Amino acid sequence: MPEVLRIENLHKRYSVESTAVHALKGVNLVVHQGDFVALMGPSGSGKSTLLNVLGCLDRPTEGSYHLGGEDVSKMTDDQLSSIRSRYLGFIFQQYNLLPQYTVVENIEIPLIYQGVRLNADSRDRCIGLAELVGLGQRLDHRPMQLSGGQQQRVAIARSLVNRPQLILADEPTGNLDTKTSHEIMVMLSRLNASGKTIVMVTHENDIASWSRRIVRMRDGEVESDLPNTPEPIDFSGPPLPMHLLEEAA
Amino acid sequence: MDIFSITLVSSLVILLVFLATTDKGRRGLQLALRSLWLHKLRSFLSMLGIIIGTSAVIILMAFGEGSERDVLEDIKRLGTTNIIIRSVKPTDDANTNRRQMVATYGLTYQDLEILKTIPSITRLVPMRIFPQETRRGARAHNSRVVATVPRYAEVNELTLLDGRFIVEEDDERMNNVCVLGLETAKTLFPFEEALGSSVKLGEFVYVVVGLLAERMPTGGTGGSQAAEDFNQDIYIPLQTARGRFGERITMRAAGSRSAEKVEMHQITVTIEDVDKVRPTGEIVRAILSDPERHPRQDWALTVPLDRLELVERTKANIRQSLGIYASISLLVGGIGIMNVMLATVTERTREVGIRRALGARRSDITFQFLIETMVQTGIGGLLGVGFGVSYVFAHAALKALPMAAMLFQDGSPSPILHLPSITWSLSTAVGVGVIFGIYPALRAAYMDPIEALRHV
Repeated sequence: MPEVLRIENLHKRYSVESTAVHALKGVNLVVHQGDFVALMGPSGSGKSTLLNVLGCLDRPTEGSYHLGGEDVSKMTDDQLSSIRSRYLGFIFQQYNLLPQYTVVENIEIPLIYQGVRLNADSRDRCIGLAELVGLGQRLDHRPMQLSGGQQQRVAIARSLVNRPQLILADEPTGNLDTKTSHEIMVMLSRLNASGKTIVMVTHENDIASWSRRIVRMRDGEVESDLPNTPEPIDFSGPPLPMHLLEEAA
Repeated sequence: MDIFSITLVSSLVILLVFLATTDKGRRGLQLALRSLWLHKLRSFLSMLGIIIGTSAVIILMAFGEGSERDVLEDIKRLGTTNIIIRSVKPTDDANTNRRQMVATYGLTYQDLEILKTIPSITRLVPMRIFPQETRRGARAHNSRVVATVPRYAEVNELTLLDGRFIVEEDDERMNNVCVLGLETAKTLFPFEEALGSSVKLGEFVYVVVGLLAERMPTGGTGGSQAAEDFNQDIYIPLQTARGRFGERITMRAAGSRSAEKVEMHQITVTIEDVDKVRPTGEIVRAILSDPERHPRQDWALTVPLDRLELVERTKANIRQSLGIYASISLLVGGIGIMNVMLATVTERTREVGIRRALGARRSDITFQFLIETMVQTGIGGLLGVGFGVSYVFAHAALKALPMAAMLFQDGSPSPILHLPSITWSLSTAVGVGVIFGIYPALRAAYMDPIEALRHV
């Protein structure tokens, strides 16, 4: 499987109120296409900083970061924005939908910043993704009218709309109850099974057990990097509409 | 239109076309309208400064236009190629020992003869003007007697309702004929046919040969140019007046008597060409200033053309001060909007973070907030223009309201819509949006996306 991202000897230092913090101390990580990585570690271990760097929201102080073959560690702000809009999909703990937009409009946002001309095709695609996450009946609802689980499903649909090479999930079930968490994890697993690469930050072992690989961090370093065999899931139901997920050939 | 407003308007048009036709522009516009609609009261309040500023500009400019038109019409009525010379009672008469029973002053027939020698003067209309009671049977009217020559009609562009004006023959033969102003005729002949009837003026009886249509009074502008109400006039031939009344006129008013000896009250001089008006005015002034001819300052010269220049200067002054008022109010409005936008940016920090994470560039964020401010000031400007324009049209109706007399002076000018002021104020309002929107927009764009995402 080809590499999606490669991190070599990554350091991140910053100062908080004139106290120097060395958040990442030489992290090495390679993620291949189709991987499902759970990033674990206690708070302060550097996992959030690593996720920010992976998400091109932050630049490493030292070391290299290749994403889809491109070295993004030295890119300008605008170039990073472009990388985010083309290669990455984000799922947040807080869902982070825009309250003034409907479900479909929220899913559309990444397309706007890709410079894609919004038309009937793109609209159909967004509706298709809303149906994929089971919200086909709530296209015109606002986030405030949806439950937490539903909002997170909109967020998942939004993270898929630009056909990203990598989906970054930051505690995607952190605000959800067990049952809803399970639904979300089934959805992520199905996406992974269909070929999507996912890196997920979590501190819950239950949630991490859905992944295929668990990376544990401590004090800014990778403590362990072990493969994991998830419980087999029941993939019954209609197959995922692949044309919505992959680039057209 | 000057180059300044053309630039403003064309940039406004380009902006609008961009917003309407490009995908990004339409999105931005839609988003801006939506977030303004989400906070209706807040948006309205922050727009208020702009609304007041633009409507003030429109209304003040309209009043400026109105008063300018009034003055211009006044000047036109006086004639731009005319010079008006009047006899003025010298001020020292009232409080010196030389006080006489009969005040003697003013222009003379000799002056008239000298003026006739100036080649650039094509027409001279001498006048004697004095109040006198006119009688018709038991009815009396306090008229203003104007003794003049036939050419008076040309200079003042008189419209006759009936009959004719004074002719040369009347003047030569000292005919006892008269032409009545509208009010004079109405008072003396409420029920009868005036034309052909006779009225009594002083000791003699005059035949009415003509009736004048209503004439707009000229506004008094101080100095030698007093307001004139032509409708109270009675016109008689100059030589007739000289023969019947003599040089000495006695006026009775409310029990007191006064007499004056004035050969000529006014001479209206017409110059052949507008360019020669001012030089000729100087010549006339020089002639009359000769101390042998007029030892005292008992005359005054009015050149309507000078007033035209004065109007131009006043207009420039009005424009300038309006510009200052408008800038101040728009500045205040702009600061208000900037304040609200800064609060909005803080409030929407998280939104900025989300958008940045989803691929928005800094320029996208800047654009989004800038468009929002511009839409806000643009809508404010439109509302202001709407209010200002409707006020201009509603002014007449407002003035007619019973309480309005307390606010509006009699004879105050009516506003006339000044079209360029609409485009100026509108483009300036949008410009204010750009200037005061840039800082909040950049502040939003340069937030750290990670910090912004953490913002609650």
